[in-house]
Amino acid sequence: MINKLVLENLKHRWVRTFLSALVVGVQVMSILTLIGLSRGLLNSSAARMKAGGADIVLKPDTQGTFSFSSGQLNSKFIDFVAKQPHVKQAIGILTANVVLVTVMNGIDFHTINQFNGGFRYMKGGPPQSPDDLIVDTDYATEHKLQVGQTVKLLNHNWHVQGIVENGVLAHLMVQLSALQKLTGNANPPRVSEIFVKLDDPALTDQMVAQFNELLKGNLKALPMQDVISQFSINNIPQLKVFILVLTILSVIVGFLVVFLSMYTAVVERTREIGILKALGAKPLTILDILVREAIVLALVGCVLGILLSYGVNALILAVAPASLPVVAVPDWWPRAAAIALAGALLGAIYPGLKAARQDAIEALSYE
Amino acid sequence: MNNNSIISVHGLRKIYRIGEVDVHALRGVDLQVARGEFLSVVGPSGSGKSTLFHILGGLAPPSDGEVLIDGVDLRKLTESQRTELRQKKIGFVFQKYNLLPTLTAGDNIAIAQSLSHTQTRPPNFDEMLALLGIANRLDHKPRALSGGEQQRVAIARALVNQPAILLADEPTGNLDTENSNAVLGILRDLNRRTGQTILMITHNPEAAAFGDRTVTMRDGRMLSAA
Repeated sequence: MINKLVLENLKHRWVRTFLSALVVGVQVMSILTLIGLSRGLLNSSAARMKAGGADIVLKPDTQGTFSFSSGQLNSKFIDFVAKQPHVKQAIGILTANVVLVTVMNGIDFHTINQFNGGFRYMKGGPPQSPDDLIVDTDYATEHKLQVGQTVKLLNHNWHVQGIVENGVLAHLMVQLSALQKLTGNANPPRVSEIFVKLDDPALTDQMVAQFNELLKGNLKALPMQDVISQFSINNIPQLKVFILVLTILSVIVGFLVVFLSMYTAVVERTREIGILKALGAKPLTILDILVREAIVLALVGCVLGILLSYGVNALILAVAPASLPVVAVPDWWPRAAAIALAGALLGAIYPGLKAARQDAIEALSYE
Repeated sequence: MNNNSIISVHGLRKIYRIGEVDVHALRGVDLQVARGEFLSVVGPSGSGKSTLFHILGGLAPPSDGEVLIDGVDLRKLTESQRTELRQKKIGFVFQKYNLLPTLTAGDNIAIAQSLSHTQTRPPNFDEMLALLGIANRLDHKPRALSGGEQQRVAIARALVNQPAILLADEPTGNLDTENSNAVLGILRDLNRRTGQTILMITHNPEAAAFGDRTVTMRDGRMLSAA
């Protein structure tokens, strides 16, 4: 019967109930979208890196996995690495940050063809001149680019020479020497990392150990599998802090929304609280009713939030498939629900206690 | 205390503190109500009728004096125990009906049962609903019921837990003459048929006449017993 009262109370003021649940839903959606974006970006980056075709990645010894800084590694190491036993091929890649998380790769197109089979051109072809730019289909769709167009990136006018199938290395690729020149990494020539392909991938761990011994103090070798596995939210402290801040903000928003909703409900239902007390409702029963209402608000908000997150994801993917490759994160639903529930329960406590402490006689005379 | 008394009040005082002023709402009330009696309490506004109603109903504690309800001394009860007293021994009927607006008439009755953790209804309860004329109105919410119907639902709600005492505070105060007479007739009939003890507070002498006996209050004291 108490559950029925709770539901009827919520139905009675359905606009307030819906709006409160909607705000909780927006809070849930924000969490799911942020996590989905973070994971989507990381998954996309990992997949693109893996599609590069390397067995081992060599980076400057001091650089983490997620550095966007360019040119910290002298190109002379490429030849040195290429001459090592079991190395089938070594290729230097220069990475330059274009905007936010969008990067441009400078690569040797001739070598990359032998390295991973090259790119599949949907339109146009490989770069012919230093100003030629290759974009992938996602980037071309997002920025409505066609072969032959000119686009300004990194304060330089590029000519779109080809559109390749999405999924290998960066969304934007130019000739290595052109990017080195543009980013001040031409003299001496520098790259961000070296991709190494072995004649036998089974030797990866052995070769990693060998490189780390040989290049100690200069470069650090990592199996591609390890590099990929580091593309996780847990390995990016700044992202973890950001998610924590968002979680705290979500709890505060949930708290405020449910607090205001419940506080209004308690004031509005003062007389009804008096009636319940006259009928023998204990203070805990009154508190229980309001807590249950808050839980229902939070749960309805969660469902709305999950549905909204799918809507927002679809919108993001339609507008910015290259820059914001968001993914659905069902494994985060329980956590988002718990965050919403925590905010709602905190918000229900004070109004609930106020209602529970209400004097029955005063409440019954409330107009 | 008379063995047959279901309500026994001696020297009851109630002092409210409003700001820094003590308001003496009851100044030594003595009252005996026999089991199965229908007592009317009349008096002008401010005479202490409502305060007496609240104390007898366990909604407020007495300041001084003895109050026994069905053998239970209210002075010794904690707030929680007074809540249990309201669940088990008291049924309330208010002037403004005080039905929960979000629930149907039937659910308003059911929630009183739910709050008192009572599983079964009185054996003749369906008959009583028919007598009250609300058997076919139970699916309606209060806003769809007339004042008379709402008050009859409130009476059914007050009786569903088979209380020792039915306390009615100006039960016809919001009703027209026809509905007033109907509700008062129902209370009297209920008292006669089932022996339900009823204490009714009213300022209307005609309504008071439906009771077996009328007592008058003025300035926080019991003036007379008719």
